[in-house]
Parts: sequence; C-alpha cells; structure tokens
Amino acid sequence: MTGKSKVCPMAETSDVGILAFGAYLPRLRLSRKAVAEANAWFNPALKGLAKGERTMCNWDEDSVTMAVEAARDGLTGQDRSAVTSLAFASTTLPFEDRLNAGIIAEALNLKPSVHAQDLTASQRAATSGLISALQMARGGAGPVLVVASEKRRTKTASPLELQVGDGAAAMLVGSGPVVARLVAQASRTVDFVDHFRGEGSEFDYTWEERWIRDEGYNKIVPAVLADLFKATDVKPADIAHFAMPCVLPRVAAGIAKKAGMPDKAVRDNLHAVSGETGAAHPLLMLAHALEDARPGDKILVVGFGQGCDALLFEATENLAGLAPRRGVKGHLARRKEETNYGKFQAFNDLVAIERGMRADVDKQTPLSSLYRNRRMLTGFIGGQCKRCGTLQFPKSNVCVNPNCNAFHSQEDHPFADTPSKVQSYTADRLTYSPDPPHYYGMVVFEQGGRVMIDFTDADAATVDVAAPMRMMFRIKDYDPQRGFTRYFWKAAPADKPTPAKA
Amino acid sequence: MATGIRDKVAILGMGCSKFGERWDKEADDLMVEAFEEAIADARIEKNQIEAAWLATAIEEQHVGKSGVPLAVALRLPYIPVTRVENYCASGTEAFRGAVYAVASGAADIALALGVEKLKDTGYGGLPQRGRGALNSMYWPNLSAPGSFAQLAAAYRAKHSKKPEDLKRAMAHISVKSHANGNKNAKAHLTNKITMENVLDAPLIAEPLGLYDCCGVSDGSACAIVTTPEIAKSLGKTDLITVKALQLSVSNGTEASHNSWDGSYFATTRIASKRAYKEAGIERPREEIDLIEVHDCFSVTELVTMEDLFVSPEGGAIKDVLDGFYDAEGQIPCQIDGGLKCFGHPIGASGMRMIYEIYLQMQGRAGPRQRQKVPRYGLTHNLGGFPHQNVCSISVIGRHGE
Repeated sequence: MTGKSKVCPMAETSDVGILAFGAYLPRLRLSRKAVAEANAWFNPALKGLAKGERTMCNWDEDSVTMAVEAARDGLTGQDRSAVTSLAFASTTLPFEDRLNAGIIAEALNLKPSVHAQDLTASQRAATSGLISALQMARGGAGPVLVVASEKRRTKTASPLELQVGDGAAAMLVGSGPVVARLVAQASRTVDFVDHFRGEGSEFDYTWEERWIRDEGYNKIVPAVLADLFKATDVKPADIAHFAMPCVLPRVAAGIAKKAGMPDKAVRDNLHAVSGETGAAHPLLMLAHALEDARPGDKILVVGFGQGCDALLFEATENLAGLAPRRGVKGHLARRKEETNYGKFQAFNDLVAIERGMRADVDKQTPLSSLYRNRRMLTGFIGGQCKRCGTLQFPKSNVCVNPNCNAFHSQEDHPFADTPSKVQSYTADRLTYSPDPPHYYGMVVFEQGGRVMIDFTDADAATVDVAAPMRMMFRIKDYDPQRGFTRYFWKAAPADKPTPAKA
Repeated sequence: MATGIRDKVAILGMGCSKFGERWDKEADDLMVEAFEEAIADARIEKNQIEAAWLATAIEEQHVGKSGVPLAVALRLPYIPVTRVENYCASGTEAFRGAVYAVASGAADIALALGVEKLKDTGYGGLPQRGRGALNSMYWPNLSAPGSFAQLAAAYRAKHSKKPEDLKRAMAHISVKSHANGNKNAKAHLTNKITMENVLDAPLIAEPLGLYDCCGVSDGSACAIVTTPEIAKSLGKTDLITVKALQLSVSNGTEASHNSWDGSYFATTRIASKRAYKEAGIERPREEIDLIEVHDCFSVTELVTMEDLFVSPEGGAIKDVLDGFYDAEGQIPCQIDGGLKCFGHPIGASGMRMIYEIYLQMQGRAGPRQRQKVPRYGLTHNLGGFPHQNVCSISVIGRHGE
C-alpha cells in the first residue's frame, strides 16, 4: 500500500461535532441456532456461527423505513426545521433511481429547501458521509443529518446470513452544543475488493476471510490510524471507545492492541445481539458508544470498505442534556425472538411462498396521486380546524366536527409523533398479509383525530383496547410487477423511550 | 313538509332465486329465475313495467356496469333502467328507486332487481379489490370480517362485557339462523349447527370464527311495485305496502371524529329513527313482529338489535341468549336463515330480506311461517364498514293498517 492518508487535525477548540444521535434496530431477532439447524444438512460448519441472534426486519421494513426511525430517534428534542442537509448512506437502497433520501426528508417533514443525497456503493458510505457532513458544518452549514441504514439480502446457508443484521443509525452534525466534538479524522481509499455486488446481482460475492483479514483490515486500518494519531495530541492509550465493525473474530482487538489502545476500549461489535448492519454499523457502534460515554471520553470510530475512514471524537458535558431517546440500548430492549427461519426466508423473498389469490390484487401506485397527497401519505400530515380546533386525518375541505363543518378551515397538523390509543382492533386471518394474522384497527390520538390503520410489530400480547400506540413509517405495499415500494404509517405498540445514558 | 311514502306503494309481486354456489348459472340466469317468480306472482305482462332498477355491487366480477345487463337479460322494452350501487346495501337501493318512481307518479309499475354472481372469484369470501386510488394508499388492508370484528372489541370495552359472554351470544345468533335456514329450500346453507360448532371453529378475524361469518353466494331477488289503487284494479287483495324506506350514509364522522366509540352503527340509529317516524311506529320492541337484518357477521346482528332500539343499550346479549330473537321468540330475527344461511350476493341481499317479510305477511312462508301473522316487518340492509357505511331500513306492512 502506498500513499498517505488524507488527514485533518482539528483545533482542540473546534466546536464541530455531533449534536445528537439516534438508532434503530428492528424488533425481530432471528435465532442463529434456528438458521444453522435448518441449513446444517448442507453446510455443517454453520453450527460454529450458531450463537446469539441477529436483527431481522419485519416484512414491512427496509433501509428507508429504518432510516426514518433512526432519524426520528436522533431528532428527539431537536428542531427539525433547522436541518439544512440530509445524507442517507446505504448499499441496500429500495430505489436505484428515485432519491431515497427524498422519501426520508418527506417522512420527517424536513423543510423544502433541505439538501438531500444518497451515499452508496461501499460499507464505508456512512463514515464518508459523516466526514463530509462535518466538513459542511465547519464551513458554516446548519445541522446536517447523516442517517445510515442497511438491510442486506443474503443467500440461504451463507455465513453472511448469520453475520449480518438489519439496522440504522443517525447522527445530527453541526456546530454549537455538540455532545461529541470532532478531534481528528483520516481516510484512505484503496480498491480492495473483499466482496462486491455487481449491477443486477441480488447477493454479495465474497473472497476468502483470511485474505480479507491479512491484506485488508490488518494493513489498511493501522495505516489510517497511524495517520490520524500523527495529527493529534491524543494518544492511542487515551482512547476510551474504539468502535470498529468487523465480523471476523479478534481483528478489531488485534488492531487496537497493535496501535497501543487499551484492551477495554474495544467496543462490542454487537454480534451477539444484532449482527453487523453493513454501512450503518460504524454509526450504530458510535451511537452505542455515545450512550456509554462520559464527558471527556475519546471515541474512535472506523469505517472499512475500499479503504478506511477513521474519526476521533471527544464526548462533552452536553451528553447529559440530551432528551431521552431509544438509541441502541432502547431498541435492543424492544425485542421479540424469532425462531422461525421459514418466516425470515419469506420476509426476504428467498422462497416462492404461496401467497394465495388475495395477493393478486394489482398494487400499481398512481404517482400523480401519491405526489398530490405526499404530505398526508409520507409526512402523515392531517388537519386542524382553525374555527373549532378539531384535529383530523386526513385533512379535508370540510371540518369533520359535526358541530362545526366549516369549509376550507384546516391547517396542516403532523400526527406522526402524537400519542395514541387503540379504540378497536382485530387480528384478521382472511385478508392477505405477508405475516398473518393481520392486525389493524381504529387508533385514536390523544389530542383529537383518529385513523383506521394497519398495525405493525403487533401481536396478541401487545394489542388490546386502550393499548398505547406509536406511529411508525413502514412499507404499505410492494408492487412486484413494477418494483415499486409504497410507504405509509402504521401503528405499533408503544414502548417508552429509555434514557440515552445507561 | 315531506309526508313520506307510507302506504303509497304496494308490492305487486316478488321473486327470489335459489341462493348458493350456482356453478352452472350466469348472472342473467339468476335474474330470470327471480323475475319469472315475481312476474307470475304479480300477474302482469312484462311490458307493463315502465321503469327498472338494477342493483349490483361488484359488477366487474360478473355483469359489468350500467342498467344494460338487466335490460338484456329480461329483454325489457327500452324502458329506463338504472343501475345502483351503495356497498352491500345496494339491493334496497334498487327497491327504493322503484318505490320512489311509483310514489312520485313517474311510473305506474316499476321493477327492482338485485343480482350478484360472486362465485367466479376463485376463492371464498368477498373479492379482494382496489378501494380507489388514494384510499388504497392509506386504508388498512382490511377485510369485511376484520372491520366488523372490531365492533366486538369496542362493544366489550364500552359495556364491560366478558369476551366469553359476547362470544356465546354471537354463537347463539348463528345457531338460531342455521336452525331457521334449515327450513328454507332457497337458502345456500340448510344445515343445523351447534354451539360447539361455532365456538370451536377456526378464527377468521378475532373474535369472529368461521360460523360467525356469512358466506358468499350467487343469487338474485326482485320486486314489482305499483300503487295500491293499481294493485287493487289488477285484482290484488290484502295488499302489502311499504310503510317506510330510509337510508343513512356516513359522512366520515365515525371514521375521523372522536365522538364515535366504535361499538354501534351511527347510521342504523339515524335511519331506524326516521323509518319509525315515517311508518308511525313509536315502540319498536312492542310493535315490530319480524326483523330481517344484515347479519353479515354475528356481532353485526347483535349490536344492530340495540341500534334498531329493540334491545336496550347493553342488553342485546341478554335478549339474544333469552331467545327473544329465535323463531319462537318475541321478535324472530332472520326467520329465513338470514345472510348467515343465504350467503351474501351483494345486490340481491336487501331484496331477499324484503321477500321474506312479504311472504310472511301473506302466510306463504311454508314450514318457517311465523304462526302469528305479522303486522310490521323490518329489514335492515347495511353496506361498508362499521366506521364508514350506508344503512337502509325498510318497514313493510299491510295497506291501511
């Protein structure tokens, strides 16, 4: 390997950094034992990977829906209207030509002038996006939201199936009351192809692990770390949190030791509880570190993929002032074990399942209508009557309050974050659902308004009349004929946000 | 001030096809089957009919749009034919069109016919269809049983009822309807069932099990209506007349305003009040003799008993379990077997209910004839979902009584 890293030392007084962070992990956790047992007939070696569990998207989740949830978590207590830029990093974008970040911006109701872009094609996309965002912030840009999300499709009986998980993380970057100040960063770009997914390919093609370890991680990462430490007074021994994703065992610990970092700084890569969430994983591990960090802690995060990014942060006193959020730990606690490997295969379209004739309905989305109603459908914006104050969804020409019925009286009102309760519900075994029975019902918002709506992440144990619900951005329908994913909001049994600090 | 239509229109003749899985019949065969019975009953010629209304709901599944399918099936002589659709209450809408035409003087004799040929879907239950461009993008992926099942959840919560008590009352409703359908050769299902059958059946949409749901069938029913004067001039005696016809349509309040608690049908309460006023009924529990309701699901029938102001609020479970609505009870409900046994060929169902009342009024109901000759019979034809629906109520009685 030749050449030097691009290194950017920061003055200790730099106030550019992370203003807030969030994460999202799907509620379902697929038991690796269930996967290995199902596939051991073909590859007995999988039994060696049969420990712990991996996160698994519900059928109605993808990288966009997870990104929205991570961003909502990260923006808890923040002024969304201040966000000037949105970067969405993922190698599993639902659309190859449609701005995926645009869906996220619409769902978050960010201001129309927001600058938005998709960053893709590398497991390093999120750390590179984070570096760009920090540079934008240093240049005076307002808060930049970097959100990374990944839902990798893996072949049945592949080691990757057991190593990866689905998840997302978000970092709000800017200047001001940062919770973690950027101290230094370094990058190298090397066309090291440990795996790839070519155009039109469904799955990753992966080279030998020992070569990836020896020629990849163990050469590229140390070089970048050396560059980084040259540019700062911070010593490797000062690192409190070393967040480096790597599915290969002991690689991160070996690199830390060689660099002179304390053993205890090496952070859990969440393999046992989540699996590696691809491009999102560096940010997920960073969020997890921020949940544990004390003011003054030095946090080093690494992103690896055709080179390497390394970012060094210092946690600040502002951590304590962050509004409670779910974060990594909250989402880890929001968990339901899944031992049915067949369900995982069906959810990920890895088997041709008999969906029945009710699934035959044409799901073409009228794009003109979607566009006209995008505030309602993607932003979950309803109306509030200026005359009587009644909240209503959808927003309409005539107020629904029978004692008002005023014409043209409604202003936009967002419902996504409004607490709600179940008024009535059912578990429907007749209607088509990729995950029967299908739960749905009438959900009543506390401050007024209601909607008959699909439920998600629901089961008999969590749904009842008067059960508190929380709205989540999900896939409404997928149109297999045209490859179009249609999104809307659904009601999920509510969980309480846990404090970011453990 | 509107005077209503009480006694302005008489039923001259009615017909009803056999309901069921009519694999060997087209929709026009079913229309002809119902019509031939009605025209024979009316004792008129086809060309005496001056206007016609056709009810179909899921027309894309069988006859297609417009009034043409009825005109062609019966070779009607280029008279006005209007096709109506109002969810599952479409049948009564056709009847309303014909009755209003006669009451207004626009036609002396009018025909109302409902038909639905649903068993070409390829699967059981109502066809899964699009719901409109925007609706499909935000409505839940609901089924009919799933939306009506929610009545149970809300009703239990409102009246603090135990799930098992509600489930038992719902089961009684289905057992009762099957016992009645057992005496009706035109019903789709004529088997008797037990409480155990109902309670042990697989769930369709919680808490509705298989026997809490009506099936889907092919069928047709029709009515020929005229003025009492013309009916008499044609030699008819003991005229059966329309006492009231009311329709109430949700305006979105239940769906979008928190004043509705999910446990009842706002439309049924409004339409039934209007119908009682139009018919001159003050105490429905005492004055009505027979009821045919839209028992698409057992729980629909249960809450409807309160919405019609026959059972007191919160009292339907007790009335049902006491046998108040059984064939031998005080007010038989679904004495013909109801949707439960006839299934629900959408356009035909409302007319089928009126057909049963019409037969009972004349003592022509055969083995299921209510011994007491009824004075007032009520039909309740509902379409849509509890949170957004149309409700049609008719009261049928004897001319001059």
